[in-house]
Amino acid sequence: MSFTTVLFYLLSLVIVIAAFRVVMSRSPVTAVLNLILVFFTTAMLWMIQEAEFLSLLLVVVYVGAVMVMFLFVMMMLDLRAETTRKVVKAHMPAGLIIGAIMILEMAFVLARSWFDTPAAEALPADYNNTQALGEAMYTQYAFAVEVGGVVLLVGMISAIALTLRRRSDVRYNNPSEAVRTRAEDRLRLVNIPSQSEVSAATASAPSTKGEA
Amino acid sequence: MTITLAHHLILGAILFTVGLFGFFLNRRNLIVLLMSVELMLLSASVNFIAFSTWFNDTAGQVFVFFILTVAAAEAAIGLAILVLLFRNRNTIDVNELDRLKG
Repeated sequence: MSFTTVLFYLLSLVIVIAAFRVVMSRSPVTAVLNLILVFFTTAMLWMIQEAEFLSLLLVVVYVGAVMVMFLFVMMMLDLRAETTRKVVKAHMPAGLIIGAIMILEMAFVLARSWFDTPAAEALPADYNNTQALGEAMYTQYAFAVEVGGVVLLVGMISAIALTLRRRSDVRYNNPSEAVRTRAEDRLRLVNIPSQSEVSAATASAPSTKGEA
Repeated sequence: MTITLAHHLILGAILFTVGLFGFFLNRRNLIVLLMSVELMLLSASVNFIAFSTWFNDTAGQVFVFFILTVAAAEAAIGLAILVLLFRNRNTIDVNELDRLKG
């Protein structure tokens, strides 16, 4: 048994156990952490298979962004831990048997058709996975890359549009209205004539009378 | 004993079945259902990478790239809908989401 064979079985075991724990875990946070373990271990497996760029991409994009987004949403949602598991326990044996049958069937078909497929000849020494992938993506699949960009844009816009809300119980400043304000809307200048000298003279007249 | 293509494909099959199993088993928490979908997508990517390295064809890896793109967009929209659902109904329990009676 070569080293990579041992490594394959070890990593596969970790992947399967962690995937089971994703599905069976009681708290969603444990499920996310196990899912992160699944992605990490799969990235290692892809590294063995010389798909280095996608392996790193899986760690950076999936573990770094998508799984953290899951954790953030979980933090926002205030979920309580599960209490009743009776229904799950009742369906467990039947589900496990059906799952095992499914795996056996797929394994039978796949092993029959692909077991003795010889591997392609070894890659040349100066093969660069990232370069090869980039050349394929930006020449042959350039249109598909652009469509992928549009998909991401649509995803971003719809996620923002779905969660955006205007709360009525919070006072906030409307910047566009503030910018459009003019001085004459806020300030009214009133022209009041000042008091004349004559009225001042008549006002002082009674006081002099009182003195006398 | 060496690793053949079938080993990788069977690993993908196991991963897919676990994801599907979780989908049927986990009828309470919508967020864990989304994680099961992620597992199933990952199993498809495992198959693509296995075939791609076995036949020295870059096209499979390019396709995995697009799977990752679509999965990221899907996770973003799914979680946005989840947040919206929690705001309106105050629960993400699948069994309680029965307002649309089919």
